[in-house]
Amino acid sequence: MRLKFAHSPLLSQPLPAWRARLLQGLLLAAFAALIGRSLFLQGIHNDFLQKKGESRYERVIEISATRGRILDRHGDVLAVSTPVKSVWAIPEDARLSPAQARALAPLLDMEVRELNRKLSSEKDFVFLKRQIPPEQADRIAALDLPGIHQQREYRRYYPAGDVMAHVIGFTGVEDAGQEGVELALNQELSGKPGSRRVIKDRRGQIVEDVESIKSPVEGRDVSLALDSKIQYLAYSHLKQAITDNKAKAGGIVVLDAKSGEVLALANLPTYNPNNRVKLAGAQLRNRAFTDTFEPGSTMKPFTAALALDKGKFRFDTPIQTAPGKLTIGSATISDAHAHGVLTVAEVIQKSSNVGISKIALTFPPQEMWAMFDSMGFGQPLKLGFPGEVGGRLRPAKNWRPIEQATMSYGHGISVTLIQLARAYMAFARDGDLAPLSLTRLDASATMGQSVFSAQTAREVRAMLELAVLPGGTAPKAQIPGYRVAGKTGTAHKIEGGAYADKYVSSFVGFAPASDPRLIVAVMIDEPGGKAHYGGDVAAPVFAQVMAGGLRTLGVAPDAPLKPLQMASVPKEIR
Amino acid sequence: MARLNLILLLVAVIFALAAVSSSHRARKLFIGLENEQKRMRELDIEWSQLQLEQSTWANHARVEKIARDKLAMRPPAAGRIISVEAQ
Repeated sequence: MRLKFAHSPLLSQPLPAWRARLLQGLLLAAFAALIGRSLFLQGIHNDFLQKKGESRYERVIEISATRGRILDRHGDVLAVSTPVKSVWAIPEDARLSPAQARALAPLLDMEVRELNRKLSSEKDFVFLKRQIPPEQADRIAALDLPGIHQQREYRRYYPAGDVMAHVIGFTGVEDAGQEGVELALNQELSGKPGSRRVIKDRRGQIVEDVESIKSPVEGRDVSLALDSKIQYLAYSHLKQAITDNKAKAGGIVVLDAKSGEVLALANLPTYNPNNRVKLAGAQLRNRAFTDTFEPGSTMKPFTAALALDKGKFRFDTPIQTAPGKLTIGSATISDAHAHGVLTVAEVIQKSSNVGISKIALTFPPQEMWAMFDSMGFGQPLKLGFPGEVGGRLRPAKNWRPIEQATMSYGHGISVTLIQLARAYMAFARDGDLAPLSLTRLDASATMGQSVFSAQTAREVRAMLELAVLPGGTAPKAQIPGYRVAGKTGTAHKIEGGAYADKYVSSFVGFAPASDPRLIVAVMIDEPGGKAHYGGDVAAPVFAQVMAGGLRTLGVAPDAPLKPLQMASVPKEIR
Repeated sequence: MARLNLILLLVAVIFALAAVSSSHRARKLFIGLENEQKRMRELDIEWSQLQLEQSTWANHARVEKIARDKLAMRPPAAGRIISVEAQ
């Protein structure tokens, strides 16, 4: 007989009451443990789980910062970073059909054979082409080929190319400045990439900002003092002069006499900063800053200014220069052309070595040294350019009389072109020297440090004007419509410790002489043609650049044009 | 008492729904902002490329070449300049 469960005799047995209570207690305890654990996880010790959860949908993204642009004083772009694409491949994944390879190769500007060679490489990663324009990259992306990828990079472009190469410089890998302004002002130009933590939804869209870990710092734009039009004039005329005179190298600096801004600076030979494959050391040299040379006669006005400033000489004090030779110790100083009695002004005008030496020897060496030092010779300008040098100015206590005499006409002392240009500022600005600036200044005039009296500066200016007029050394520096003042220099080069038959021709001057606005310094290294005098080689460059510069800046003429034509103003524009 | 609780429950539900909808709206607006910022960056890039293009076309060497060769222009000789006196 089957026994029904309900009638099981086991059930009728009485159970002890503690068993039910025990069970109840156990269940309750388990429940309490669960509640406790969940409280612990949710409320008290929740950091770990929270972190795990967030990591499922939180992302840290890099925010790139672009390098600032370099602009000229009118806002024209001289250097700009723009994104480009680089195409790379994983050769193992990139199994292209012949048709695909034929489509891809022309987009990469390469032969099909070369492409196949790159794709059959053993490496895991090959760059097919770096830094291609975005449109080209888009067309490659549209082909949708397996194993071909792109990545974004920044590339710096220099639209002015070789014209401004030495001033602007360039950046290297990692977008850091290596030369020129790019290095000098790297701090301001470079940006700092940042990062932030965000929440992304399942479609990959950012839905919430959690925190900004590091905010990016965009590179700041830099406005240079450079005027790209004057720079182009300076560069093209210098280039022409170097070709015409078969010279080895050259440099030119244009300064604003009022503010001390560097309006143009060019060196030759130069290079194209956008394509630096074949770069040689000579091309890279920023001569105006890094090469010192013996300036020759362009130094004479400083000694003349000292003579006038100390009151020992006057504008018209006569000096005997005949017979064009002066022997000091064992050495003899001579003039290119012998003159008779000259006034101080004529010594500058005719560029007499004997005359200026006689003036120089009336001063103790210490006084002359102090004058050269106050003009900034012997110490770098500290504008931040790489390789900036100060030139050579030996301490006065070692000077022998012959050295003191040769220094007065620019031998035995070496300077850079930019130092020389800056020193002439003292004559262009009533005796004070302002600091130079590579960046645009908003004030129109800069305060300077006085080195000569205003009277001295005006008198030297008048002497320098004579040097450019007929009877002076540089009539080729004249500009129609403007009064010009300046000084030529023709110095022998030193080779192996002795003066060689090679020259450095230079011209430094300013205009308009009635109220100088621009200072132009030109240096031409080893002119190989028939002419080698500064008045024949460097002065014409000065005149062309100065004329163009004054016209560009709209400076009013201060001399009559010959023949002068005047027109009556039509009624409409009155 | 039960009535008050019911009303409070209703209020709680309404506010909970409002919170959900406003957080949804906030996210939508945030996505919009992100997109606009992305567009801003793209326009910035395009601007720099256009500037680059402009300065390439306006290159002084190019302008001079066209002026001299194509348009047969040259700077006037000093004698041919007429200065107009301001009144």
